[in-house]
Amino acid sequence: MRFALTAEQQDLREVVHELMERLCPPAVVRSAPDAPAIDALDRGLVELGAPGLLLSERSGGLGLDENYLVPLLTESGWAAAPLPVLETVGVASALFEAAGLAGRLLTGGMVCAADPTGAGPVRFAGRATLLVRGGWGGSGPVELVDLSDARREPVPAVDPAANLCRIGGGTVLGVVDDPVVVELAWQRGVLGAAAQLIGLSRRMLEMTVEYVGSRTQFGVPVGSFQAVKHQLASALLQVEFAAPAVARAGFSVAVGDPDRARDVALAKALASAAAQLAARTAIQCHGAIGYTTEYDLHLYAKRAWALAADWGSAAWHRTRIAEHLGLAPTGTLPVH
Amino acid sequence: MDLTWSGSEEAFRAEAREWLAAHVPVEPLPSGDTRAGFARHLEWERELFAAGWSVVSWPKEYGGRDASLWEWLIFEEEYYRAGAPQRVTQNGIFLLAPTLFEFGTREQRDTLLPRMAAAQDLWCQGWSEPGAGSDLAGIRSRAERDDEAGGWRLTGQKTWTTRGAFCTHLFGLFRTDPVAQRHRGLTYFLVPLDTPGVTVRGFERLDGDEGFAEVFFDDAFVPDSAVLGEVNQGWQVAMATTGSERGLTLRSPGRFLRAADRLVELAAAHSEAAADPLVDRVTEVWMQAQAYQLFTLAQVTDIVEGRSPGARSSLNKLYWSELDIRLHEAALELLGPQGQTDNPWSRGFLFSLAGPIYAGTNEIQRNIVAERLLGLPRK
Repeated sequence: MRFALTAEQQDLREVVHELMERLCPPAVVRSAPDAPAIDALDRGLVELGAPGLLLSERSGGLGLDENYLVPLLTESGWAAAPLPVLETVGVASALFEAAGLAGRLLTGGMVCAADPTGAGPVRFAGRATLLVRGGWGGSGPVELVDLSDARREPVPAVDPAANLCRIGGGTVLGVVDDPVVVELAWQRGVLGAAAQLIGLSRRMLEMTVEYVGSRTQFGVPVGSFQAVKHQLASALLQVEFAAPAVARAGFSVAVGDPDRARDVALAKALASAAAQLAARTAIQCHGAIGYTTEYDLHLYAKRAWALAADWGSAAWHRTRIAEHLGLAPTGTLPVH
Repeated sequence: MDLTWSGSEEAFRAEAREWLAAHVPVEPLPSGDTRAGFARHLEWERELFAAGWSVVSWPKEYGGRDASLWEWLIFEEEYYRAGAPQRVTQNGIFLLAPTLFEFGTREQRDTLLPRMAAAQDLWCQGWSEPGAGSDLAGIRSRAERDDEAGGWRLTGQKTWTTRGAFCTHLFGLFRTDPVAQRHRGLTYFLVPLDTPGVTVRGFERLDGDEGFAEVFFDDAFVPDSAVLGEVNQGWQVAMATTGSERGLTLRSPGRFLRAADRLVELAAAHSEAAADPLVDRVTEVWMQAQAYQLFTLAQVTDIVEGRSPGARSSLNKLYWSELDIRLHEAALELLGPQGQTDNPWSRGFLFSLAGPIYAGTNEIQRNIVAERLLGLPRK
């Protein structure tokens, strides 16, 4: 028993964190999808080997597992990286490899978006050249789509950095309906979203701690007031107890634990709720400055809200766990 | 990450499970916070000791098994899974003993630990006073030096002392330097409750059991050997115990895993009451018990690898105490009108309400988390 990252996993986490600090400051999160700064971030991830993280060595990848995916995505989440890292590295790998198309993921950068519901809209659609469509809940066929001739219709979004589009057309390269592969891709999507939410939560708390330590009212830092301290302590509490659940889910998927579906549901439900609390607390403790778009906090809060809702909301995953516990809900399963 | 148990750990689990299955009383014991129930619990404690299960993590020479921290966690899981009785010895074995191991003299350890393991000496914690609860440094009970007799004379009052009326010994803080302020000038004393000048009066807790006591000291003499650690260093010695109390040792995850499973069973048995909103609450409680376990696995890894949990033990305390209340609230809602009878769930509910108060209120814990983990300004 050793519930901690290995030295190698810790190194990966630190290298990604350093990369994100250097190449993904808030100004880059705000950039247009075709900005050179985002290209540079994308190249940085390629140099780390991120696109092939989960691809087998036979296919030209690194052959690593979900214990590495979690630290990578926690850190890209921390930075709200405006690229489909989760989708390309986490979700697409197994699907493209199963279709004999792994090479398409190694042609440069974070190239693949995802639309698990099959009903869009799709995040980071502007840059993506590939799309995986379908597989909601870990079952059903997933289409692998080449987007070179697709139509991208921008959708006004809460998160301006999301580059949300509705996609029409495109060329279906293949369809994966192997239930093992589809389930794995879904579980990695859920797990990866949970990991990003942990990173986002930590970022929002860091920003808030810094702000309330320097902002003075009534002659003292507002962070010295108990009402502020207690809110932030409560938010940290939820984050600190969600993070181990995400780490465990990574391990469960990596070893093919029979309870891995339950474990990723637990991770996503806890991480979504923690991130929503962190976002609300961060905005409240910042006061009015947090309710502006000039200040950077909203970039992270909006990403957190989107990810909390995607790949199954907290309530959706709690319902899955209730089923696992034999507490069959009497109502219908929420669609998302 | 390696979340698998070793062969020897699995064997340890199997041995514990087998022994507990054969020995845990079939009928639940009466509350250990009543005089009659306490006596029954002592019989159980002595049975545990005789089989070597009362203090598994202690060295063999003191009655333990030299079990690792991992094995201790496993034992706790099995203990609660088996529905075994509450540990009326817990304040001694989980709170005082770690302090004795760290600060005690050889003689103190040799004298006190075996008797504690065997449930011959029963220890209560003497910290709170009428004027010193969360503000523990406000302690006014004092110990005056008696050079002639070679010891100390204790005067003052402790209160809200759990099971004080049934215990034989008290560990507590007394002011030994009348000039020093606040947390300076305190000394940690180990006091037999039959010392002349000590009077114990039990009183009822919220659940109606005589689980509390106030302890009066009227010029009660204790020898120098009753001092744990250095004179006037009692605060530092005591803080070592607060880490244990808030963190792992007092509330292991096994306790909540078992309680959450029982809650799920209750919900399944009361499907007529378990409408979707209540199913959701039960599920959330079960998830939180899992989260508590996973947090502790990471924490034990830290401890084993030499990274002290420090102020992170306040996170444990906040999480398990608030989880325990939600758990019992959900159970009572499932029970409906039956929940007003005196039953294990209603008792558990009343007990859970003490969780955010004892071992440092949750308001204090949130201050600690905010200041020491997040780094927010103290003033």
